[in-house]
Amino acid sequence: MWRRITNWGATGFAVLAAILVILPLLAIFIYLVIKGIGSVNISFLTQTPKPPGELGGGMANGIVGTGMILAVASVIGIPLGIGSGIYLAEYGRNRFGDLIRFTADVLNGVPSIVVGITVYSLIVIRQKHFSAFSGGVALGIMMIPTVARATEEMLLMVPNVVREAAYGLGIPKWRTTLSISLRTASAGVITGCMLAFARVAGETAPLLFTAFGNQFWNLKLNQPTAALSLQVYTYAISPYDDWHKQAWAGSLILIVLIVGAVAAVRITTSRGRLKGA
Amino acid sequence: MGVGIEVRGLNAWYGKNQSLKSIDMTVPANHVTAVIGPSGCGKSTFVRCLNRMHETIPEARAEGSVKVGQMDVYGGGSDPVEVRRRIGMVFQKPNPFPTMSIYDNVAAGLKLNGFRNRKQMDALVERSLKLSALWEEVKDNLHKKSGASLSGGQQQRLCIARALAVEPEVLLMDEPASALDPISTSKIEELIFQLKQHYTVVIVTHNMQQAARVAELTGFFLMGSLIEFDKTEKIFTAPADKRTEDYVTGRFG
Amino acid sequence: MRSRFQQGLDELKEKLLRMGGLAEQAIDRATEAYRTRDSKFCQMVLTGEAAINDAEREIDELALDLLAMQQPMAVDLRFILAVLKINADLERVGDQAVNIAQRVLDLISEPEVPLPVDIPRMADGVSTMVQRALESFLDGKAEVAEAVLQMDGIVDRMKDEAFVNLVQKMHDDPACTRQALDVLLIARNLERIADHATNIAEDVIFWVRGADVRHGGAHYRE
Repeated sequence: MWRRITNWGATGFAVLAAILVILPLLAIFIYLVIKGIGSVNISFLTQTPKPPGELGGGMANGIVGTGMILAVASVIGIPLGIGSGIYLAEYGRNRFGDLIRFTADVLNGVPSIVVGITVYSLIVIRQKHFSAFSGGVALGIMMIPTVARATEEMLLMVPNVVREAAYGLGIPKWRTTLSISLRTASAGVITGCMLAFARVAGETAPLLFTAFGNQFWNLKLNQPTAALSLQVYTYAISPYDDWHKQAWAGSLILIVLIVGAVAAVRITTSRGRLKGA
Repeated sequence: MGVGIEVRGLNAWYGKNQSLKSIDMTVPANHVTAVIGPSGCGKSTFVRCLNRMHETIPEARAEGSVKVGQMDVYGGGSDPVEVRRRIGMVFQKPNPFPTMSIYDNVAAGLKLNGFRNRKQMDALVERSLKLSALWEEVKDNLHKKSGASLSGGQQQRLCIARALAVEPEVLLMDEPASALDPISTSKIEELIFQLKQHYTVVIVTHNMQQAARVAELTGFFLMGSLIEFDKTEKIFTAPADKRTEDYVTGRFG
Repeated sequence: MRSRFQQGLDELKEKLLRMGGLAEQAIDRATEAYRTRDSKFCQMVLTGEAAINDAEREIDELALDLLAMQQPMAVDLRFILAVLKINADLERVGDQAVNIAQRVLDLISEPEVPLPVDIPRMADGVSTMVQRALESFLDGKAEVAEAVLQMDGIVDRMKDEAFVNLVQKMHDDPACTRQALDVLLIARNLERIADHATNIAEDVIFWVRGADVRHGGAHYRE
């Protein structure tokens, strides 16, 4: 009798915990929708910001800018992250590997604004201008630890017998790692990349001194560029009511875009799954 | 056609522990040779030294002379990857590549070594699957079903097909049926018997009855040494060494 | 070691030795019957045959079970095979003893005549052969078995001698043809028992050494 009660109790607690986790997420999203949906319209999505005081305008350049910056970040962060992950899993079961692991963990904990300031002094000052590129570098650096650790964990989960099968066929180690181990671990590695992507997509502080933001259209990588997160920040602390509404809209759009990107990747990568795999 | 294997003075270590002590053995071509012995006797290590798989384990090394046909496996200038291409291996637990289809599994050794000709690959895949008695069961689902969706016995036959696809001269099998049910086991044993027409087979087994059913020659290993190596009938009816007899009659091990 | 299996092997050995004892007893009783011309010994041999046949059946069954259930190899396999063959030989020895007893019963019904044949001496030699053969099985000693093989020649010669002498007697004194024939048959039965003892010895050597020494040669597995 007691056992059944404790069983229900434990199950109930687990369900309650799950609900408590989802609630804040739902709350935020619903709040965003309530506050922001009113301001999401065609002009918001297609126009650049109007000067302060004027009504209307949008964050189109921010949407595009975010896209550009995230593209640069991914090009830097994902290959370097996967590469380090491969090293750590396949070649780094030693003291040097432990050092790398430790460094990655530390890097993960570095405050985002510190990353931003560092990239500012390394790139922005040298180039003497802000740029989408430097923004991408900052975000890319922040992606690396997450991607690397995820890759390492997923590769370690590939059973060694699978690698042995490949060696037994006379496939060299590097080829085995890329074509067999990585391929087997791909689902988890992609999840890791998506996690990193989603995390940096909303970062504001690192972009403050790198991409800097831009009121106008910019499609060049070496110029200051608008980003949704920056614009939301700027508008939110402004004194204009219209801008506040646009900030809500911008936040909502940002979330939608991130979720959309992750979902799109999930769908495209699962299409190739075989029966029974 | 298979080739013979000449082993002279093979020693192997895991770190500081010597697991093989000066093994001499001549494995004749196109025969099935079984390697038996109690746990830890070195039989798996021995077989893994034949195709230089032993070295993939950190801190493991081997020394000595192993000649597979004309190829000097441990000779200066010999490339382990090249050695493993010429010697096929099937493992204890069936290990098809998890994300690949049946076709891709069998063709893996070919594709990942740069083979490109699609028609030839199709032919080789079909031939290998026929050789391993799996063709009829999977020919309609080659690209649709994944390797991991097959039953245990089928998976092992898939692994055999995969090993055969690269056309090795020697096939090494490390307890290939020990994870399978009796029906699958007997199918695999039947298969091994057929395979010896084309290949030289060395099979590690802890199941003496299996060695008796399948192999023409049997080597008995104990604590890293080869104690006796003779025709299977002799080993199991009148072995020369008392240690062999004690093992074979179940008095230890 | 697998104790159930070892128990089975021990039981098999014990049963076979006991059967051997019954066979030896049958020979001794038949010999005694001849010496004393007392039909009660003949009766004992005749009634004792059932026990020997039962023993044969039991041993065959037990051996079959061990083969099926325990997958014996090498020396254990050779042992069980040897047991099966010795089993058959011992049963035949029992049959031969019965034949002798029947011949003695016939002799008892006829007047006793002196005959130029020393059956008791021959019987002793044969009995010793059987005894030694069973000893070699008990101890697993191939040398003792080899000694038995040597003795077969002696018994053969005794039988040939008896044959010649008895044929001569039948020619010289046709009145005692019947008795002579009975004794000739007894001699032959004894010679047959000796052959079985030789077989038993050869089977022991096969078990112990893995060598097939039947039909005069030594054939080791290559």
